[in-house]
Amino acid sequence: MSARRRWTVLIAAAILVALVGAGVRSTYVLGMLVFIGLYAMAALGLSLVMGFAGQVSLGQAAFFAIGAYVSGVLTASHGWNGWAALLAAVVAGAVAALLIGLPIFRLSGLLLAMASLGFGIIVYYVLVNWSGVTGGPSGLTGIPPLAVGRFRFDTDGRVVWLVWGLLLLLLGLGGNLVDSRIGRALRAVHGSETAAEAVGIDTARLKLAVFTLAGASTALAGSLYAHYLTFINPSPFGFTFSVELVVMVVLGGASSLWGGVLGAAAVVLLVEALRSLLPLLSLSRGAAEYEIVLFGLLLMAFMIFLPGGLAELRRRPA
Amino acid sequence: MTGWAELAQYTASGLVVGGVYALIGLGFVIVYSVTRIINFAQGEFVMLGALLMVSFEQAGLPVAAAVLLTVASVAALGGLLERVAIHPIASAPALAVLILTIGASIAMRGTALIVWGTDPSALPAFSPGPPLHVLGATVVRQGLWVLGVATAVFALLWFFFTRTYAGTAVRACALNARAARLMGIRVDRMFLLAFALSGALGAVAGAVIAPITYATYDMGLMLGLKGFVAATLGGLVSPPGAIVGGFLLGLLESYAAGLVSSGYKDAVAFIVLIVVLLVQMAGWLPGRVAEEA
Repeated sequence: MSARRRWTVLIAAAILVALVGAGVRSTYVLGMLVFIGLYAMAALGLSLVMGFAGQVSLGQAAFFAIGAYVSGVLTASHGWNGWAALLAAVVAGAVAALLIGLPIFRLSGLLLAMASLGFGIIVYYVLVNWSGVTGGPSGLTGIPPLAVGRFRFDTDGRVVWLVWGLLLLLLGLGGNLVDSRIGRALRAVHGSETAAEAVGIDTARLKLAVFTLAGASTALAGSLYAHYLTFINPSPFGFTFSVELVVMVVLGGASSLWGGVLGAAAVVLLVEALRSLLPLLSLSRGAAEYEIVLFGLLLMAFMIFLPGGLAELRRRPA
Repeated sequence: MTGWAELAQYTASGLVVGGVYALIGLGFVIVYSVTRIINFAQGEFVMLGALLMVSFEQAGLPVAAAVLLTVASVAALGGLLERVAIHPIASAPALAVLILTIGASIAMRGTALIVWGTDPSALPAFSPGPPLHVLGATVVRQGLWVLGVATAVFALLWFFFTRTYAGTAVRACALNARAARLMGIRVDRMFLLAFALSGALGAVAGAVIAPITYATYDMGLMLGLKGFVAATLGGLVSPPGAIVGGFLLGLLESYAAGLVSSGYKDAVAFIVLIVVLLVQMAGWLPGRVAEEA
């Protein structure tokens, strides 16, 4: 997509978001949109890591948690301004990714994936056990919503504006990045690391930079999540969430920035559809159980039949 | 106050858990060394082993028959997983196959949740009786079963790998699949065999640990990951390495829980994992981990 066409699409999408945020009354639909936006933001960073640097992070939930907890602790326990806390959360996500990435990005492939998984689980245990700061298993409450002057982002419609506005901005910037010299270098690394190095690309540094960016964007999503819900606890940030983010990227297609958005929407809508359909079938167990099985089977089916994800469908002749 | 009695106690519990980690770690090593795949569903084999044991026991089968049936079923499932899911994309990038096995593990966990529900199921110990006292430590009888069965399995595996034709063929594949193929070994059969073996090993681990920890649908993830850490500690391609790694990890966890803080007990394995991967990467420890992937 050319830069001009990309920004036209984004502005059109922004107008649509503005209208939806103001026009839709159903908090159910708006809440779903908020979550799609938040997950898409987290998946965006991961899709850069997976699609362009060719690596898998199985600990991405940790950055989401770091964003949420930095924001939560600074505002609820230390009275910081929400935006300052959000900025601190993003910086914390980037710094954490850099510090973790420095040693573990010397690994690659499977071992990097397993090391990132280890990191994600360690962060989870820190959140649960460091109760003096994080509130332990019961978490933190009283996180204020973000506000500009007297305008508070405290209704679902307004949060849709905030989250989707930032997401579209990130998509635009990400698109610029992918089209730039750096983006070409990234695609070269994905194509063949050896070839990329042979033409003078510092592959290790590039991958680390992408991982840091992903840490920052995932932490931003985490921070927005905390200010939206106003309470947080460790349980949503476990290994399962890391896997869900990978599922979103795989479903959407890792080699396209919009793939993350597509995947996030697909996952959220799928879960909602299951929750509303399954009770009608009067099965013995609840929807959550079938949801898990379906996710697993979908992940397998996509890896076998459609490794390029949903974004691939457009490019394939049907 | 940390007396000898407590140290002995931590050592005893560490060894029992370590035996289980070693069994699970061996499953990872066999699959990885033959196929270069990290089978994320390894832990779910353990979970299925434990839950199937409970069901067979409740159906009134004697322990030995229940164990055999459990091991055979999960081994068959391991083979099925390889045929249905792994085989079609065996040439795909390693990370794609890893994600596929994550999908398989989620599907297995979800199916277990539907079949067995969320409540932990208890399994009676293989032989009833009060705990034993060994060198100042109290050991439940099932703990001895764990160590005994693990030792027997190690011996069987050693015999299989060094004294039988099939075992030698598996080792040949692990060393160099192309050369093995040129020697007339059916490499894709070895893939199948490796997955079936790892299923059997997982099932044994699940069956012997169930009377100590209860059996639940979600026990597989943590046990599987710790088995992976054990395998990594031993270099990921060495069966004796995985056994040593398993016991080492069990002891480390047990000492950390007893002497430092029990809240972080489960985090120990993952700190060990990251440290070991980086140290092996730097070439300070034996093991081929760093060359792979």
